[in-house]
Amino acid sequence: MTTRIANWARAVALVASLSLAGCAAAPSKEDPFEPFNRTMFEVHEAVDTAVMRPLIDAYVAGVPKLVRTGISNFFNNIDDLFSAVNSLLQGKWDQAGDQMGRVMLNTFVMGGIFDLASDIGIERGHEDFGTTFGVWGFPQGPYLFVPIVGPTTVRDGTGMLVRLYVGPVGFIPDVATRNILYGIGAVDLRAQSADAISMADTAALDKYRFIRNAYLQRRAYLVNGGKPPNEKDDE
Amino acid sequence: MIQQTVAATRWWRSIAIALVAIALAPIAAAQEAPDAQVKRVSEDVIATIKADPLIQAGNEARIREVMDTKLVPNFDFAKMTALAMGRNWRNATPEQQQKLTAEFRMLLVRTYSVSLTKYRDEKIEYKPLRAAPNETDVTVRTSVIKASGGSPIPMDYSMIKTDSGWKVYDVIVGGVSLVTNYRDEFNEQIKSGGIDGLIAALAAKNKGAAAK
Repeated sequence: MTTRIANWARAVALVASLSLAGCAAAPSKEDPFEPFNRTMFEVHEAVDTAVMRPLIDAYVAGVPKLVRTGISNFFNNIDDLFSAVNSLLQGKWDQAGDQMGRVMLNTFVMGGIFDLASDIGIERGHEDFGTTFGVWGFPQGPYLFVPIVGPTTVRDGTGMLVRLYVGPVGFIPDVATRNILYGIGAVDLRAQSADAISMADTAALDKYRFIRNAYLQRRAYLVNGGKPPNEKDDE
Repeated sequence: MIQQTVAATRWWRSIAIALVAIALAPIAAAQEAPDAQVKRVSEDVIATIKADPLIQAGNEARIREVMDTKLVPNFDFAKMTALAMGRNWRNATPEQQQKLTAEFRMLLVRTYSVSLTKYRDEKIEYKPLRAAPNETDVTVRTSVIKASGGSPIPMDYSMIKTDSGWKVYDVIVGGVSLVTNYRDEFNEQIKSGGIDGLIAALAAKNKGAAAK
């Protein structure tokens, strides 16, 4: 009997030490394609320096702030529609209602170029197909860095593809108009994240790693309902 | 002559008041609730930036002054460094710990300084503190609201009670913990170059070498 308990204890200790070893190797588990991703990151940085940054500078200098805000709001409004859809898919009914209300209000007042809903206190949500898959319990999968697109994971990337496939913007029949919209959307997104990216430049010892860690932390937080893991849903 | 006496009395009185104020200041600081402290410091810094176009233009001396007088005293850099080091902290000699804290502190101050110049009329919303009065480790939650719209960004401060008042030991922006983000970076540097390698990397970064 005693030997059996001893054996059992030994087995538990072995499993525990193995899982601890697993923890130590965790970064490579999240990012098994690190060498490839780093190459993609270098490509991204080169393109960003050569093309995107000059474009953003010209965009910020040449387009009045009011117009830029209108463009951001237009694209945010489309995101909000997907946030509403994904809130529904996750069974977050109140949140879905809020997001749907935002989209309806903002769309019917000037087609989404003003964010009236935020002004009256309906906050934007953060749901997308990636967080829905996360809430449904799909594993995150390996981390991926895609030039221009930026950091993602297999789960979030799949979500993005679903999003691109169902549109809107995708539904616009005229290819040229659609591509122009994609282009403006990309410039707008890069302009919005310019401050965060310049912060990574100052803060990071290893920019690739810094961005990866921040991205994975952020996504885990969003899948967890925008709360730190130990907090109860009491609001 | 009488006037001189009056002037002298006034002078003495103001000295006395100043001394009392100095004597009471640490007590006031120790008694201030952590959420009240975050609000006071944030509003003070925002008012200073708004009043000083040089800061928004990136004037280093002025930014430095705001950092040193208003922000730095509210942080516990040794604890931040220890947390970012994780289990490696105990393997570092006191001298290495001191160097690490100094370099990490400089890096954080520089990063924070950059974000000060980026301030564009954002407003901060302070959430009510949910903590028992006797707690010594709390999270103060705030939300940064951009003037140009968009989603508010949650910004939380982990704070610990010390003999010299509450100190911030982690900042969590939109669910991303600063300390956690650095832990992996520190770990990796230590794995390849030891603790001295990390110190050297931090020092090089602080001297303006680009991130690679």
